[in-house]
Amino acid sequence: MAKAKKPPKPEELAKIDYSPPETGWMDTPAVFKPGTFCYGARPKYLEEVGFPNPREWSSADEDWKLPENWKEIVLEGLGDRLKKYRSFHLFMDICVRCGACADKCHFFIGSGDPKNMPVLRAELMRSVYRKYFTTGGKLLGRHAGARDLTYDVFKEWWYYFYQCTECRRCSVFCPYGIDTAEITMMARELVNLLGCNTDWIAGPVANCYRKGNHLGLEPHTIQSNIEFMVDDIEEITGIRVEPTFNRKGAEILFVTPSGDLFGDPGTYTCMGYLMLFHELGLDYTWSTYASEGGNFGFFTSMEMAKRLNYKIYAEAKRLGVKWILGGECGHMWRIVHQYMDTWNGPADFLEVPVSPITGTRFDNARATKMVHVVEFLADLIRHGKVNLDPSRNDHLKVTFHDSCNTSRGMGIFEEPRYVIRHVCNHFYEMPENTIREKTFCCGSGSGLNAGENMELRMRGGLPRANAVKYVNDRYGVNMLANICAIDRAALTTLMQYWVPDVDVCGVHELVGNALVMKGEKKRTMDLRLEPLPGMEEEEEEEE
Amino acid sequence: MGALLSLSVVIVLVLIALAGVGGADLTLLFGVVIPYLAVATFLAGVVYRVVKWARSPVPFHIPTTCGQQKSLPWIKHSRLENPSSTIGVIGRMALEVLLFRSLFRNLKTELREGPRLVYGSDKWLWLAGLVFHWSFLIVLIRHLRFFTHPVPSLVFLIDSVDGFLQIGSPHLLMTGLLLLLAVTYLFLRRVFIPQVRYISLPADYFPLFLIMAIAASGILMRYFYKVDIVKVKELTMGLASLNPTVPEGIGTIFYVHLFLICTLFAYFPFSKLMHMGGVFLSPTRNLTNNSRMERHVNPWNYPVKVHTYEEYEEEFREKMKQAGIPVEKE
Repeated sequence: MAKAKKPPKPEELAKIDYSPPETGWMDTPAVFKPGTFCYGARPKYLEEVGFPNPREWSSADEDWKLPENWKEIVLEGLGDRLKKYRSFHLFMDICVRCGACADKCHFFIGSGDPKNMPVLRAELMRSVYRKYFTTGGKLLGRHAGARDLTYDVFKEWWYYFYQCTECRRCSVFCPYGIDTAEITMMARELVNLLGCNTDWIAGPVANCYRKGNHLGLEPHTIQSNIEFMVDDIEEITGIRVEPTFNRKGAEILFVTPSGDLFGDPGTYTCMGYLMLFHELGLDYTWSTYASEGGNFGFFTSMEMAKRLNYKIYAEAKRLGVKWILGGECGHMWRIVHQYMDTWNGPADFLEVPVSPITGTRFDNARATKMVHVVEFLADLIRHGKVNLDPSRNDHLKVTFHDSCNTSRGMGIFEEPRYVIRHVCNHFYEMPENTIREKTFCCGSGSGLNAGENMELRMRGGLPRANAVKYVNDRYGVNMLANICAIDRAALTTLMQYWVPDVDVCGVHELVGNALVMKGEKKRTMDLRLEPLPGMEEEEEEEE
Repeated sequence: MGALLSLSVVIVLVLIALAGVGGADLTLLFGVVIPYLAVATFLAGVVYRVVKWARSPVPFHIPTTCGQQKSLPWIKHSRLENPSSTIGVIGRMALEVLLFRSLFRNLKTELREGPRLVYGSDKWLWLAGLVFHWSFLIVLIRHLRFFTHPVPSLVFLIDSVDGFLQIGSPHLLMTGLLLLLAVTYLFLRRVFIPQVRYISLPADYFPLFLIMAIAASGILMRYFYKVDIVKVKELTMGLASLNPTVPEGIGTIFYVHLFLICTLFAYFPFSKLMHMGGVFLSPTRNLTNNSRMERHVNPWNYPVKVHTYEEYEEEFREKMKQAGIPVEKE
């Protein structure tokens, strides 16, 4: 594999040419520019989950070692999916190419490449659909916007459908609700039929399948990682929290993305959960088997996503819990909210979630039986059940990034804001057109948060970063809060590149800082073990 | 190139009608046979397309949520932008279909020095689209006076509102003109906005030119090259009552107008114009966001190969035991 190429300097990257090329898009071949695409999946990862065509290959090579009948496989797969998904079938047909979506995509805004306009990204596939599945396309060919499926077209698909983060922003603006994510998902299923996944996605999928989480943390490692956090919490608060693992008979199973268990700032968010649950005396357990809320299978195929998602209900059933609580994560919540019950339900062995502290019945989760930790906490705060000291976050000027999936595939807007307003005193919104349903992607979602495609990620993240820059300039915002594990990792890199004086945290890190725990010692450090401004002097006095 | 090709096709269509009626006097063909064929193609085609879409199931509940979800009772839920009930969905769809809600959100993104991205409101496409579709609908309703007897009072009402400016004789009907203006705008933006030009296909220009020609021929016929309106009604009533007659001497321009309309009808089901039917079926808009409240079933759900807990414990049992994590089999 070639070494990852560093992205150009921000001021270079920001010179973006939006004028389309002279040649029509069908006559403009895709150029695989280093820094804008990922490595091809290694065979061992595909073998582990039984995916087709495992082989050594490189996405930068001429020859992708496709099977002889690759075209047949793709076209058959395409036809099959048209019959299975009304969304896909409809979105192949009804686009009028009005262009309203064009400048709504973060990758188009950041790259100027017309094939990153949602409409044209979709046309890459529609043109093939027309050629093989419509009479007009068969008869009129290019005049009807149809083209043959060639090796180059297949590669072009791969290149551009791994430049879409399935964020659904285009679908908010489309007059017919055409959702490029639906098309990207199908495209990725099709390229996976030929073993053309990216290594960055295939690895976590294989890990998650066998070991239970993307990072491949084995049971004892999960436990020891959490033990490290427990130690840190004790150092900060003087209180030793006691999480349990795979405990039968607990009331609640807690599932969060494994990103929270490994590497900061995810671990700080995880400490926030641990502290909150301890303070509440919640009867809950972690699972090492269902140790992943996220689901990179979703970026591969619906079937793979379902296979990984299976563990959550299976483990809830085995442990005999009453309901499931889910941590802060973006695509995990799209899946829990819109897919899980359909894939692996009914969850009739669970009970409708009821908060053991406030007695609130979460009717909005009565079928799926899974509650978002921020919904759970908002309810607690509303009932005055947690003691919070927001002044401990006074050194922070916070803004909130709405994650794509929880915004446009769920609609959790007020809950996190309600929590943030109760745990810190300085909260500033980014400009209206860049938040809530119009939020901009981190640029690294849907499995694109690899290292070798850094230029692409920094380009795609430009609109988000630019809105952060705005509140940074205007209000001195220095902390970007969010409720997504990929955001916590990806936005950190993005901020270092575009707005270096802004840090990134999960909402529950802010919660952990503000949470006043019974019997805790005077806080002198925040969850990052950094001195709390205003408290240092006392610390010295104590010494 | 797409534009020129489409324009030439429309010109050829006009010439065909001129030659066919003005030259060869094929009034029966252009006045009866083609209209019937066109309407039959339209009806059969639209039904075929919609049924074909409808036969693909909606396996997952995937509304695009554009507002606050319904969760805790004290949090204000956005009923129209993120509906949790059927009534909410009807409201959302009505806003979408009647007022083009999503297009109303349109923004124009600009990259300025800095870099600084700014998002300006951009309602022109929304406005032109709305004017275009509503004018078209009103023009269509107005034309019912050619196909009904007695003419419903609603048609007269619309006619008089449409002509309330009372300019000229016959009265200028605004919607005809607005339709022509809007369609011209839609054409011009397609040509002048570089990104939109880049994505445009002949299939995008053709309906614009066709509708432009239909509106223009209609306006010409009403105000300039007048045709015998009584005879036109005789023909159209004959068509509507399935008892076709072809009166002599209507005037060729009428047949040009009619032929273009027939082309539009016949072309409709095979084109992007089917967005008219498709918008109602769009799963990102017409579903309730209640997927955690109600279970939704995928009709083709099938069992998949999974990695069970037993297999997992088998692999990690020793490590789990050493770490003090409970196991099923000691």
